[in-house]
Amino acid sequence: MLIELQGVGKSFASRSVLQSVDLSLVPGRIVTLIGPNGAGKTTLVKIVLGLIQPDTGRVQRSAQLRVGYMPQKLHIDPILPLQVERFLQFANTDSGECLAALQRVGVAHLIKQPVSGLSGGEMQRMLLARALLRKPNILVLDEPVQGVDVTGQEALYQLIGELRDELDCGILMVSHDLHLVMAATDEVVCLNQHVCCHGTPQQVSVDPEFVALFGAKTALYTHRHDHEHDLDSGIVSASGSLSCQLDSPQYGSSDKGASPSDAKGRRRADV
Amino acid sequence: MYDFLYLALLAGFGVAIVAGPMGSLVAWQRMAYFGETLAHGALLGIALGMWLAWSNSLAVILVCLLIAALLIAFERQKLLATDTVLGILSHSSLALGLIALTLIPGARTDMEALLFGDILTVTVAEVAVVWLMAFGVLIALWRLWPGLLAITVHEDLARVEGVAVDRFKIMLKLLLALVVAISMKVVGVLLITALLIIPAATARHFAKTPEQMAALASVVAILAVCTGLAASWWVNTPVGPSIVVSGSLFFIVVFLGFGRQV
Repeated sequence: MLIELQGVGKSFASRSVLQSVDLSLVPGRIVTLIGPNGAGKTTLVKIVLGLIQPDTGRVQRSAQLRVGYMPQKLHIDPILPLQVERFLQFANTDSGECLAALQRVGVAHLIKQPVSGLSGGEMQRMLLARALLRKPNILVLDEPVQGVDVTGQEALYQLIGELRDELDCGILMVSHDLHLVMAATDEVVCLNQHVCCHGTPQQVSVDPEFVALFGAKTALYTHRHDHEHDLDSGIVSASGSLSCQLDSPQYGSSDKGASPSDAKGRRRADV
Repeated sequence: MYDFLYLALLAGFGVAIVAGPMGSLVAWQRMAYFGETLAHGALLGIALGMWLAWSNSLAVILVCLLIAALLIAFERQKLLATDTVLGILSHSSLALGLIALTLIPGARTDMEALLFGDILTVTVAEVAVVWLMAFGVLIALWRLWPGLLAITVHEDLARVEGVAVDRFKIMLKLLLALVVAISMKVVGVLLITALLIIPAATARHFAKTPEQMAALASVVAILAVCTGLAASWWVNTPVGPSIVVSGSLFFIVVFLGFGRQV
């Protein structure tokens, strides 16, 4: 057990944001937090990180806890001259280790680049490298694929999965996009101020509370998915959540050996 | 016979050296308005000093620190945006300071010197205070630098990595208050922010690391002090504004000449 939350509640200015939330993070397991805007995802992450204290409930942390945190968004003003290497050295001053971390996330060539000029995907990988430099046994990733195109998102989720295996660390991810994250996670916690439902992606995606919250988005997922694989595009939202659940493993496996026609289809779907 | 000129140069250099790193931090953390508010508050410090017949330097330093503490406390409230709070405090303290200075009986005040600086009348004791404070602030910045940079980049990330974010933020503001207090004699309350921001912005074009920017900003500020004093000497322009205009000219030359490379 790395971190355990029991009955955690938090209010801001007498408005309740979280109510009796239970959450437990263990080594080797990816937990994904999903929920609509205002569901309290960020608040919950901050409680997990120890940045804010809950009003009610208990937070237990392992004594050996080393947290690697990847924030939601990093905006470096161009007025601050900062190279990637220097950015990483805030976490670990050893240049060799900084380079190794960048190599692990596949962007070693950026080491001397200014941070303010990085693309969305490069930025996310650099942030992930900084989290790794702490030699974490828990990674907290707040919207890790934000600002990354679809192909990059999938590669990033795959990298996160590999890191989990290598480090045997627990991972808490936040996401509000559903289609790719479902395939990349062991457990989904659906949050809307309280825990609506949780379980494996397969369990959660047929849960009535989940369907009530994400019905429209799930339909969107099915739609994109169909285009990406050039399958019959006639499927609509009626059985949306079911088809998404059945399709997701297929999606993951077929994309590893992506054929040229797949890639073309995806590009068309993105337009 | 040129003693006053040497003293002016000495005072200007003391302020310029510390204005480099502090100005860079102000630019990175977008604290220009905060500095402006402190500077306007310094006028109240002068009034207080005259009223209590204290040394001006001491009164200004105390009032600047007090206002910084007040602003730190105000920032915790959520009712008004920080920008609005600064706007209210900045201009009311300027207005209040101006009124207080005219009300104090027997105080013959040269308002222009307060608003735009009066470096040519600086005394040996004042130069000593400038250098003492500048030295102290530089040492503090040196020691706090990694933490100050870390909170500039991302506060929550720094906090997760074990940086005492709130302590660093308070220290930065108190140090800025000290820099504002010693800059007052050189460029006056209305131009202090310019002396902080312009050299830093000029240095940005040549810097690859935060430290390079801070050091280069000090060099630019020193050049601006020299050029401003020279202009004042040969063309008889007011010194404070001349220093700021020199800095602005450097900035424009760099911006036009090198802007596209960055």
